Amino acid sequence: MRRAFGESLVRLGELYEELIVLTGDVGNPTYVYKFKDRYPNRLFNLGISEQDIVGVAAGLALTGRVPLVTLFSSFLMRAWEQIRNTISRANLNVKLVGTHAGLTAADDGASHQALEDLALMRVLPNMTVVAPGDPQEVKEAVEAIIEMKGPVYLRIGRDEDVRIFDRDGVFRIGKATTLMDGSDVALFSTGSITAEALEAARCTDTSVRVVHVSTIKPLDKEAVISAAKSCGAVVCVEEHSVIGGLGSAVAELLSLEYPVPVARIGIGDTFGESGTHRELLEKFGLTAEKIRSVIKGVIRRRR
Amino acid sequence: MGSTVETSELRHIIEVQKLKEKIRSIRRLVLETAHNENAHLGSSLSCLEIIATLYFLKMRHTPYEPLWKDRDRFVLSKGHAALALYAVLAEMGYIQREELRTFKKLGSRLQGHPDLRVPGVEAPSGSLGQGLSIGVGMALGIRMNGSRSRVYVLMGDGECDEGQVWEAMMTAAHLKLSNLVLIIDRNGWQLDGRTEEVKKKVPLKAKIESFGWEVYTVNGHDVQKIVEVLDYAEHSEGPVAIIAYTKKGHGVPFIEDTNGGHKIRLNDEQYLAALKELEAYGGGL
Ligand SMILES: Cc1ncc(C[n+]2csc(CCOP(=O)(O)OP(=O)(O)O)c2C)c(N)n1
Repeated sequence: MRRAFGESLVRLGELYEELIVLTGDVGNPTYVYKFKDRYPNRLFNLGISEQDIVGVAAGLALTGRVPLVTLFSSFLMRAWEQIRNTISRANLNVKLVGTHAGLTAADDGASHQALEDLALMRVLPNMTVVAPGDPQEVKEAVEAIIEMKGPVYLRIGRDEDVRIFDRDGVFRIGKATTLMDGSDVALFSTGSITAEALEAARCTDTSVRVVHVSTIKPLDKEAVISAAKSCGAVVCVEEHSVIGGLGSAVAELLSLEYPVPVARIGIGDTFGESGTHRELLEKFGLTAEKIRSVIKGVIRRRR
Repeated sequence: MGSTVETSELRHIIEVQKLKEKIRSIRRLVLETAHNENAHLGSSLSCLEIIATLYFLKMRHTPYEPLWKDRDRFVLSKGHAALALYAVLAEMGYIQREELRTFKKLGSRLQGHPDLRVPGVEAPSGSLGQGLSIGVGMALGIRMNGSRSRVYVLMGDGECDEGQVWEAMMTAAHLKLSNLVLIIDRNGWQLDGRTEEVKKKVPLKAKIESFGWEVYTVNGHDVQKIVEVLDYAEHSEGPVAIIAYTKKGHGVPFIEDTNGGHKIRLNDEQYLAALKELEAYGGGL
């Protein structure tokens, strides 16, 4: 994912002259150094100083540039207050990209695993929150967020090797994508874990509608409500805390608009730990098998 | 076990010699572990002598009572060097040497970055730039308790980029924390490259001095010199910083003074080469 991200930045540098990339001593692992090779004067590596970097990005935006900040997601969150009080409050045109999100920082353990970023970004007014699912969608999402005006948080992982889309034209800000039709349970998912959701839906006798929600905010209300209406039961999956992310957003909406049983799959109210990415997904129940069993459970409570 | 205060000249020399042997076995543990699992090997090898000297020759502490209330405390602010700390703790008897085989494995206490599950670990770390503030709080708490304990914080040079470091510098000087020592592992590298290319740090000594600290420099691989400067630091009236000049990947030729070993898993060939170097030359000691 991070590789696809780095490559699309290089391509977009050509089209968007105002694009400035900022990073903080993670230019190599986030692949933004490719951008530096091509546009040496438009990438600034400001060292390990996340709060400073976010402030600098605000200043650049205020002088008409389009700054794109790339940091490990968990350490970008160190600048949450700067994001809130400067970027979000003034609705500045700053793009924030958090990499190594979810459990993908694997062996590095809890300190490096961002499991709260969607919640922390979603709560901020003016903020658009995006979590693309595969390399193709990453490419399109990066372009879309640079093209739009206003603050955005884009979340990607590390080396997830998944393919969800086999065509282009897959990403539009604020639009969810129905990947599989079904009528018993609506399965909402975000980020690369959608690959696992699809796998779960494929190998079950339940009729599952799989909806990939790559924009968490603003949420595609119509898509969520209509899927809930036609299926009568909902499961949400995300590589994130069960608190405050996609599952919460969906539950908040449906509790108001069309209450149906909602089961949320994610990391419980706990920190991650060291392990391989696969082991961690298994430990925290983010596998096709576990998703299937949750689907079976929710269907009994179907409306 | 290392006793600390008022050691005679002679005892010092004997102890330093013994410590060098210990460091050999600690190095072997580190290499074994980096062969078994991805590790921040270069970052661990640059501060190995510093951590070992603190635990074996300087700090008052005991593995038999890790939470002894008058112990000296060590904070590994550059938490990615966890392997160096775990290996020293293993050699000291806080944990079993065999436990290093579980480093970073699912369910292990030995996480990629330290947390309080491991006896002997005093503070969580992994997010850079936070350890000095924690050390300030510890030093303050200890002083309020009327204890003679001392606090040692180890930080990376790249880590000095973090603003919080400088906030803590001001706080420590303001509070005149004479029981606090900061050691900076000045290996000249950070994640993306040379420290001075990523973000200029020099004149680092003058910067810290201007914040009201006493600052010394030392060869961070010379155990004798490290002990001396740490002894000296005990006589200060405020916080002391020690800039320890080191080499990233010290003692392993193919990564020494490069960033190639920042994070690495040694293959068989590399592992054997590193071991051979250790046997032949004592790994740079
Ligand atoms: C707040 C924060 N930002 C980024 C990182 C990612 N990171 C891990 S190690 C490292 C470089 C550290 O350089 P330095 O302090 O000089 O240590 P050393 O060279 O000894 O590894 C970075 C940027 C982090 N761990 N914490």
